[in-house]
Amino acid sequence: MEFLEFFERFAIPHPSPAIYASMVAIALTSIGIVAGLTYFKKWGYLWREWLTTVDHKKIGIMYLVSALLMLFRGGADAIMMRAQLATPDAKLLDAQHYNEIFTTHGVVMIIFMAMPFIFAFMNLIVPLQIGARDVAFPRLNALSFWLFFAGAMLFNISFVVGGSPDAGWTSYFPLAGNDFSESVGTNYYMLAIQISGIGSLMTGINMCTTILKMRAPGMTLMKMPMFTWSAFIANVIIVFAFPVLTVALIMGTTDRLFATNFFTTESGGMDMLWANFFWIWGHPEVYILILPAFGLYSEIISTFSRRNLYGYSSMVWSMILISLLSFLVWTHHFFTMGQGALTNSIFSITTMAIAVPTGVKIFNWLFTMWKGKIRFTVPMLYSIGFIPLFTIGGVTGVMLAMSAADYQYHNTMFLVAHFHNTIIPGVVFAMLAGLTYYWPKFFGFMLNEKIGKVTFWLLTVGFVLAFFPMYLTGLDGQARRMYTYSEATGFGPLNMLSFIGAALMAIGFVTIVYNVYYSFKNSSRDIGSDPWDARSLEWATHTPVPEYNFARTPQISSSETFWDSKKNGHVLFKGEIEEIHMPNNSGVPFIMGIIFFIAGFSFIFALWVPAVIGLIGIFVCMAMRSFEKDHGRHISVKEIKETEEKLGGAK
Amino acid sequence: MHIDHSQPLEYSTQQNQLNILGFWIFLGAEIMLFATLFTAYFTLEGRTGSGPTPAEIFEITPVLIETFVLLTSSFTIGLGIHAMRLGRKNAMMTFFGITLLLGLCFLGVEVFEFMHYYHVGATYQTSAFTAALLTTLGTHGGHVTLGLFWGTFILLQVKKRGLTPETANKSFIFSLYWHFLDVVWIFIFSFIYLKGMM
Repeated sequence: MEFLEFFERFAIPHPSPAIYASMVAIALTSIGIVAGLTYFKKWGYLWREWLTTVDHKKIGIMYLVSALLMLFRGGADAIMMRAQLATPDAKLLDAQHYNEIFTTHGVVMIIFMAMPFIFAFMNLIVPLQIGARDVAFPRLNALSFWLFFAGAMLFNISFVVGGSPDAGWTSYFPLAGNDFSESVGTNYYMLAIQISGIGSLMTGINMCTTILKMRAPGMTLMKMPMFTWSAFIANVIIVFAFPVLTVALIMGTTDRLFATNFFTTESGGMDMLWANFFWIWGHPEVYILILPAFGLYSEIISTFSRRNLYGYSSMVWSMILISLLSFLVWTHHFFTMGQGALTNSIFSITTMAIAVPTGVKIFNWLFTMWKGKIRFTVPMLYSIGFIPLFTIGGVTGVMLAMSAADYQYHNTMFLVAHFHNTIIPGVVFAMLAGLTYYWPKFFGFMLNEKIGKVTFWLLTVGFVLAFFPMYLTGLDGQARRMYTYSEATGFGPLNMLSFIGAALMAIGFVTIVYNVYYSFKNSSRDIGSDPWDARSLEWATHTPVPEYNFARTPQISSSETFWDSKKNGHVLFKGEIEEIHMPNNSGVPFIMGIIFFIAGFSFIFALWVPAVIGLIGIFVCMAMRSFEKDHGRHISVKEIKETEEKLGGAK
Repeated sequence: MHIDHSQPLEYSTQQNQLNILGFWIFLGAEIMLFATLFTAYFTLEGRTGSGPTPAEIFEITPVLIETFVLLTSSFTIGLGIHAMRLGRKNAMMTFFGITLLLGLCFLGVEVFEFMHYYHVGATYQTSAFTAALLTTLGTHGGHVTLGLFWGTFILLQVKKRGLTPETANKSFIFSLYWHFLDVVWIFIFSFIYLKGMM
């Protein structure tokens, strides 16, 4: 009996047939993966080529695959919410399930979809754009990925083991405290985000060092390609914002597990301290996501307009300004929570000020296209769609920034419409544009343009139908996070329209999967290394990219040095091929990911013995790393020459 | 591996330079971490609930000993790095050893201090003030503890492998870490203890 009591803690507190069905599906999928790997004898391949890799390109691909998987997980949450709200008094979900679903939707989409998506592009592109062999700390980079992955897996098992968090992605106290969130759900929130957050911080340090110290000769800071600039600024924000989250999550964890009083409503605890800390991290976080998106748009718009980027230095300075302002606006997330008029006014003004550098960027993109020879490819369609849609999101943001008026908008569907209006055309469109644009560089074939255009239109029309009605119902008073509404409110028809839009978007995302399948089967493999006639350095090496990236270090003349080498006679590669030093693979980052997962899981369920063993395991891994002699390996000149010939002659 | 002899040993390879810059950036993140802890402390220090106030529990003697010991250890590790630059392995190891011993003393006094708080009824759960105090001090103390292990590992490597570009690099980075903990302690001493006792 004692044995059974031990396992009772893992039961779902609020089960439903859908959750039991998911358990079965998860079990079957896991068995399928294990059986498939065994049958095709791929375990060794998986271990050698992926689980132990420290190559930035492979790590980037793993981030990409994870992000796409999480996009579908978060998308399933979204479609359930829209289905529940499509009609008044619907019974598809009850209040508790709805709470859990909007919470996991938010966390999954921000932390486990958008973050790995931008990390995917940073990993894939930045070392190539600056002409480096890899990042500064390749092994740390692998550890970053496995910590993200451990956090993501931990968070995703919550709905079948012990119950999902249900206090919103902002997890405000006292709602997130033990009194009001009794299940282990919020423990999952605290621990899973903590683990992946540590990984993000390591990536921040890694990328900053890489970009500052490993640029090819001649590439001054103001000659860096715009995506690298955006990645650099985003990573600086990561370094300064994520420690705040780390501390807030530790305090939230101790409040829940060790009965401390940081955010409680007794013994001096202060619930608003959580809200402040959360948004001191949370607002810079949205700029961590949007700046690399801006960087991708800059690359794509200039390539497909056949013009250099308009206003390079104003692009850089506007991003620096945005990054500074991003730390000075957090209070606008809770204007209604009693700061007083003076504080609210100050934060209103700082918030509106962000519109200025953002506006500069919008005009720069428009001027880049002005008189350009525009090619309407799929990446360019996303970029062109982004400009008007994102501007609408920005304008409603300025509306929300007016603190007096915010008392009408706060916590309504108007706000939900606003931030989806910035995140979807801003970040998601950029990720899909970047995915299409960089796909041939890493997979050796192009995605089908026709299917891609269908996807674009499904997503754009779906987006407008799904979110614009929310502006109206929000102004009419439909609150966010309410699982249903009565017919008398009159919200029914517009919510049905939202559901139709969401369904179109869902179909759009499915067409992406079909496009990958279709293009894999039918696309030409003979595309050369520069299929888009692009401008920056990442296109100057072979496709697929050899593990050492560039056989000879490129010489840089401008921010579009590859274009110069194609059109203006700039010599990119000089001198003889020399031996190249590469880092060794290692299984330790993967193993540390597993240990973090086990330790995190044990903390969530207050199983102290395995938790302590896990923590010791982590320190043992670090100590072993200290004593390890790891000098890497060398690729000989002969090997490089053979690879270069195979890939199409030494460039 | 290319070794640049015009640079000090710890800066002599490209990877060494990357490591040092990367560690400075990490220290930037650590500044944010402690800044957040201080913010929480300043916000919560007056919120004592039914528990004791800062003035009721702080005692000057252990705090002065801790301060004196830790500041001295920062000086001795500076001497250790100076000896390393001169290539004097034994002197360097001696100074590092003294530094670690002083760190251990600091930790011992801090454990004593924490026991004192427990006995006067200022536990982790007592109030928002005690939680913020013990978390801030504990985070610093945890850093010192980690540093003791890390420093010992580095000492063992210097002993076995001598002063190479790698061990010199590790020792130098460790000294940055140790100085940083000292700077944090100066803030703790001034703005937690002295402010609380006034």
